[in-house]
Amino acid sequence: MSLLKLLVVLAVWGGLWALNARLAARGHHIRAIRLAVPVIFGLTLVLLWEMVVRLFGVSSVILPAPSAIAQRFAAETPTLWIDFVQTMLKGALSGYVLGCGAAFVTAVLIDRSPFLQAGLLPVGNFVAALPIVGIAPILVMWFGFDWHSKAAVVVVMVFFPVLVNTVAGLQATTAMQRDLMHTYAASYWQGLVKLRLPAAMPFVFNGLKIATTLALIGAIVAEFFGSPTRGMGFRISTEVGRLGLDMVWAEITVAAIAGSVFYGAVSLIEKGVTFWHPSQRG
Amino acid sequence: MKTPVINAKGVCLTFETNDGPVQALKDVDLGIERGEFVSFIGPSGCGKTTFLRCIAGLEVPTGGTLTVNGLTPDEARKARSYGYVFQAAGLYPWRTIAGNIKLPLEIMGYSKADQEKRVEKVLGLVELDSFGKKFPWQLSGGMQQRASIARALAFDADILLMDEPFGALDEIVRDHLNEQLLALWARTQKTIGFVTHSIPEAVYLSTKIVVMSPRPGRIAEVIESTLPRERPLDIRESPEFIALAHRVREGLREGHDA
Amino acid sequence: MTKVVPVLTVIVALVLIWYAAAVGMNAQWARDQAARAETTLGFGELVVDTWSQDRPVLPAPHQVAQGLYDSVLAIKPTSKRSLVYHGWITLSATLAGFGIGTLAGIALAVGIVHSRAMDMSVMPWAIASQTIPILAIAPMIIVVLNSIGISGLLPKAIISAYLSFFPVVVGMVKGLRAPDAMQLDQMRTWSATNSQTFWRLRLPSSMPYLFASLKVAIAAALVGTIVAELPAGATRGLGARLLSGSYYGQTVQIWSALFAAAALAAALVVIVGLIERGVLKRMGMAQ
Repeated sequence: MSLLKLLVVLAVWGGLWALNARLAARGHHIRAIRLAVPVIFGLTLVLLWEMVVRLFGVSSVILPAPSAIAQRFAAETPTLWIDFVQTMLKGALSGYVLGCGAAFVTAVLIDRSPFLQAGLLPVGNFVAALPIVGIAPILVMWFGFDWHSKAAVVVVMVFFPVLVNTVAGLQATTAMQRDLMHTYAASYWQGLVKLRLPAAMPFVFNGLKIATTLALIGAIVAEFFGSPTRGMGFRISTEVGRLGLDMVWAEITVAAIAGSVFYGAVSLIEKGVTFWHPSQRG
Repeated sequence: MKTPVINAKGVCLTFETNDGPVQALKDVDLGIERGEFVSFIGPSGCGKTTFLRCIAGLEVPTGGTLTVNGLTPDEARKARSYGYVFQAAGLYPWRTIAGNIKLPLEIMGYSKADQEKRVEKVLGLVELDSFGKKFPWQLSGGMQQRASIARALAFDADILLMDEPFGALDEIVRDHLNEQLLALWARTQKTIGFVTHSIPEAVYLSTKIVVMSPRPGRIAEVIESTLPRERPLDIRESPEFIALAHRVREGLREGHDA
Repeated sequence: MTKVVPVLTVIVALVLIWYAAAVGMNAQWARDQAARAETTLGFGELVVDTWSQDRPVLPAPHQVAQGLYDSVLAIKPTSKRSLVYHGWITLSATLAGFGIGTLAGIALAVGIVHSRAMDMSVMPWAIASQTIPILAIAPMIIVVLNSIGISGLLPKAIISAYLSFFPVVVGMVKGLRAPDAMQLDQMRTWSATNSQTFWRLRLPSSMPYLFASLKVAIAAALVGTIVAELPAGATRGLGARLLSGSYYGQTVQIWSALFAAAALAAALVVIVGLIERGVLKRMGMAQ
């Protein structure tokens, strides 16, 4: 019996994959098909997930079906919204703005000192590779359970990638461009504002995009070390404890949507600011 | 006799490299009068670009004296005495063509209205009238280089220094731009220093051709052009032109053998 | 050599700031204690006290160093209080996960480069997944796997494999596509087979990209393991040390575990970097 079920699942998989393969082979230059193929692939996975859970009677404490998650999502929207506000808007976003702002200002301030750059850049690169989420328990002790400690974790996490990228960006001008400013007898600030800051923008946005994901991770993981009775990390860890996996998946869905929207928003601003860069001209 | 606009006496420049000192320029003596069009020609490593950069204050000679408008090159740079055109157009991709031409004007503090007026004027000079709102990457290489010349013409400097400005362009575009440059020079009466490695280009454009030779970089010969100021493109087939080109080639060969 | 002096200066400055911060942040407790004993502290006494408290808000650098010494060198590596023991637990799960994730990532990348259908279906999701805080599912995976009887190293390794998987896929696809049209045409003029083109052109060209993403992946794998050690019940590993330290207010323990994790991360990235240098040098691609 279960062999038959397995065959059904495999048949659905094979059929939809064949459809995708044909679409991809025929119309890879057509915009609509380029959009449709990944969407069909994603829907196939969700469909197979649903089928496997139903046909094999997988327990909901191991893997809830997508439909169950969707139901829970719809039923618990107010709670999800409260958690979203707590973790994303208060924790992640405020920390992101503060951390990125501080890193940008620091990069501009140390720009005039080659000594500080030579010293801070290796240290910054080193710190950017460290498991900084580990400071979450310390910052939760210092700043309390509410969102302030989460924002603090985010500040530390996003600071170094943005700093390192901005410093690298400010050095990204060519010798010819700098010579040109020199022939105009331009002052340091004129050179910074008119040449080096605009030229740095692709690098700055690279850092800002890396930082969006880090900000969400920092805000969620910091809640594992203590939080008020709301927030996405809090909800995930308590619902996992209660085996309410459909709620956990609902929170993960929110995190995925929030992450994509956040990243997409930063990319959109990037497109506006660095429209001139070859990678954006497409 | 009054002092030339650009006056070099025994200019030397030695670079310290990892392989020991390299003499880039040795005892360069040269005077350039107002309104002259002077070409520097020679094989790579002969110091032609280095000498132009010395005039611009981008390099500092280690010996001799060099004055521009009677000032030191650095003072002349601060007085914004010259416009400089590099090998590549080097336009800022985040600014429009008009925005790029405005760049030096903004830095030098020209008024907004004056900026607009000047941009329009120099765009006309290089025949890019309707391209002010375009971005550099939307233009061909030759048009970009014309825009960079316009950028160097936008402010009131009576010297124009050009470092192989047409080196990266194809022959046809190059001919066209040479013709335009001569017309521009006639109209603006500027003093031009022009680095090139093309003999026909040097002969066609210049009133004075400075032949340089390498190791150490020095002047091998200075040839005064006998061509009239009015030069149509087909002057390049005239016997006079061919004789001049021959002299330049001889000068280059001698410098090379020495 | 020219970089050593500035870097040391910055590090010394950071340590000095740290000491100053320790005075500031621990001063409240020291004053309270003094008030209770009805004495007042002079500045010198205050400084000494703030640098030697048992449970300081911010332990001074030498206290962390002492804590590291006590839990790394002065103790048997098999002891439950040894950071070597906990570090090994974390490291083994990290390496296992990193290995699985890297192999799977390379395999998928090869598939994506050779199959247009896979490219169009999977690649957008692989890229999108990098914008998602995947780490949030760590506690769930641990608990679910525990409930079906899988515990110990494997659940943690799965999480770190998952985290190192996506950077490797994206980097490797980019790398396998690095050869330009001219190089590919050259292979075609020799009528090379797909697999010849792969082994002789695509794979060698992809190495710089692969190593760049391996450095990202191994750091991500370590973070994954540490976070996977956080859910209640875990008693082994650096993550568990962080959590128990935060439960009992043992700040020195937290800081020691944090530095051990940092040292581990740095060592792993450096090792990948050295392998990269060696490989690229042998291939004649080192700068």
